[in-house]
Amino acid sequence: MSNYFGNYSLYFALIASLYLIIKSYLVSNKALKYLDKNFILITSIQTLMITISFISLVFAFIYSDFSNETVFNNSHTLKPMFYKISGSWGNHEGSLLLWLLVLSVFLFIFLLKSGSQNIKYRVLTLLFQQIIIAGFLIFILLTSNPFNMIFPIPSEGLGLNPILQDPALAIHPPILYLGYVGTSIIFSASLASLITGNIGEAWARHIKKWVLVSWIFLTIGILLGSIWAYYELGWGGFWFWDPVENVSLMPWFCLTALLHTVVVLERRNLFKEWTIILSITTFSLSMSGTFLVRSGILNSIHTFANDPSRGLFILSFLFILILMALTIFFFNQNKSKGAIKESFIFSKETAILVNNWFMMFFLSVVLVGTIYPIFLEVLNGSKISVGPPFYHNLLIPFLIPFLVFMSFGPSLKWIKDNVRKFEFDLFVIFLISILISYFILIKSEKSFLLSIPLIILSFYLLIITIKDFFSKKSYLSQKVSHFGFSLLILSILLNSLFSFEFNSNMKVGDQRVFNDKIIILKDVIVQDIDNYKSLKANFEIKNKNTTIPLTPEVRIYQQPFTITSEAAIKTTLLSDNFLVFNILKDDGYYNIRYQYKPLMIWIWMSTILISIGGVLSILRRNEKKY
Amino acid sequence: MYGKKVKFRALFIFLILVSIILAVILVVKSLEENVVYFKSPTDIRNLSEIKNSEKIRVGGMVKKDSIKINDKEIFFIITDFKNELLVTFNGSVPNLFEEGKGVVAEGKLRDKSFLTADKILAKHDENYMPPEVSEALKKN
Repeated sequence: MSNYFGNYSLYFALIASLYLIIKSYLVSNKALKYLDKNFILITSIQTLMITISFISLVFAFIYSDFSNETVFNNSHTLKPMFYKISGSWGNHEGSLLLWLLVLSVFLFIFLLKSGSQNIKYRVLTLLFQQIIIAGFLIFILLTSNPFNMIFPIPSEGLGLNPILQDPALAIHPPILYLGYVGTSIIFSASLASLITGNIGEAWARHIKKWVLVSWIFLTIGILLGSIWAYYELGWGGFWFWDPVENVSLMPWFCLTALLHTVVVLERRNLFKEWTIILSITTFSLSMSGTFLVRSGILNSIHTFANDPSRGLFILSFLFILILMALTIFFFNQNKSKGAIKESFIFSKETAILVNNWFMMFFLSVVLVGTIYPIFLEVLNGSKISVGPPFYHNLLIPFLIPFLVFMSFGPSLKWIKDNVRKFEFDLFVIFLISILISYFILIKSEKSFLLSIPLIILSFYLLIITIKDFFSKKSYLSQKVSHFGFSLLILSILLNSLFSFEFNSNMKVGDQRVFNDKIIILKDVIVQDIDNYKSLKANFEIKNKNTTIPLTPEVRIYQQPFTITSEAAIKTTLLSDNFLVFNILKDDGYYNIRYQYKPLMIWIWMSTILISIGGVLSILRRNEKKY
Repeated sequence: MYGKKVKFRALFIFLILVSIILAVILVVKSLEENVVYFKSPTDIRNLSEIKNSEKIRVGGMVKKDSIKINDKEIFFIITDFKNELLVTFNGSVPNLFEEGKGVVAEGKLRDKSFLTADKILAKHDENYMPPEVSEALKKN
């Protein structure tokens, strides 16, 4: 039953979409006094239809309706309710439906919230957004309909991959998608404002909210994925430069650049073309992110679907959208020209431009590392992968100038600032940073040459960003985000410098000694729980005077047959003790990996701080300008 | 003579060009050094020379009854049913590391039949096989 509901409401939504595209295209050339009420009405009906469709799918999952192929492939009656629900977007078809839902909800909110804007601009934004919606609707209906039926109706489903049955991963896709899809509104609005020629301060103030919303969700989405990888994949790291991770990081760099550029546009009416280019690029990266993850082209352990026709469709659709965007850009880029305002080299504008260059460099490095293997395979058939050293070699050296710029850039004045003379307090802060770094680095065994300036500079930046809290030169939102960022960089550096790991194969009763610690495997308890068999191992990590009990788990699922490891993590403010074990052959040996990871919690906390800064910026009411 | 502004612009563009060229050179050089090639045991047998310092990935099946374990290391044989490669590994294995299943090991070759691995790649479920493995197996 719900299958029919879901399916037909998608067709209705498509009809609404096509109607809106034609109608808005026709009226967009006329001089408009008011926005046709029907536009909002039909968009709300369309949003409702897609919502009904999505809810039908969720219901099919809740009631384990195995006449639905998607449910059959991804669910199981024994699965806990929470994962039945999250399972509805944990697969290819369902996740696309979620994309679509967010697309239309965002458009609806946009239409409601943009009342003060130019009518023609709103109609055009509607037009472009509906083109994207129509594209996705056709894509879903043709290649990945979540409501395909199977007959005879199977009595049991195949189950959701247990590694995806995890709270962080259940909410990771929706949050990430909110970020990705938010960029679609920025894209549509940019094209619309190109045509109407209203790129300027007012438009920047209006679009900034959307940039912030996407940016916050993308940041949190990446964080959730990272936390999941940390405790579920059992590798004990938070970033692996896996193509699928990179694909979410690239729009983030772009969006971060955009976030800063939009501020310049708002204050100084500069960087118009650059803002538009960034908007188009951000959206293209989000789309190609979906394409690369969904197509199976990327050689990643995370790729799920492997249907080439799907990839080809998204790729052609993306190509059309980019072509359309570039055409509009070239024919309309002169419309928004205003009086050229003068800026001097030593000013906030330049500082933000420098920030953008760095973002673009980071973006290019990640882009090259991610797609080079695809190119090489197409060119000469050799299969390669690009490992973490590639990224580290290229990104870490550039962090040094980046940190330097970030320590003084944000405090520069608009238009023109004076080259500072020697400032005593900054010199003192620098000396303090050197001192702290010295005491930290002499404790490290594996310090490398670059780590010395990096640690000094990130301490310096951290103190500067703390000091900024007491200055009245910038918004609280900026202070919080920048403080969060400097804390993130510092935590990552110290984490990589002081982490160590120990691998071994142990039997029950064994103990291993390394550094100043002893690991003891006391026993392994086997239990049957819900839909899996659980093996819990009791370990003890003994230090000079402390004993940390750690109980990692291995879960053996039958539908589908999978083994997952649940790492045992003891988190304190200073460090994480991370232990994961695996079953080896039946001769009693367990494969264990113990890791000591300092400051892990600060990596998560600082990322949350960064996004809190974004939230503060959205909530800000008083328009006092700095 | 050119005006101050034009000179400045020229310098600016020159600086941008230089930094772009530098960036490209850096990226390309770093790619050359850090790319990991994927090989099957047969590919390795056919290599003309072995670079001990270069990391490679080897994919195939874990041979039946080949896993040997001691306190520190795990030994096993990767086979593509034509040629075999002995692997020694000290580290954490993925969840579905089993005899008769696909595997990808990353490490350095000691000789044409011996690899010291520092990473064994994980897979998410039993139906999933790294694309390289299924291809390596298909070829033979």
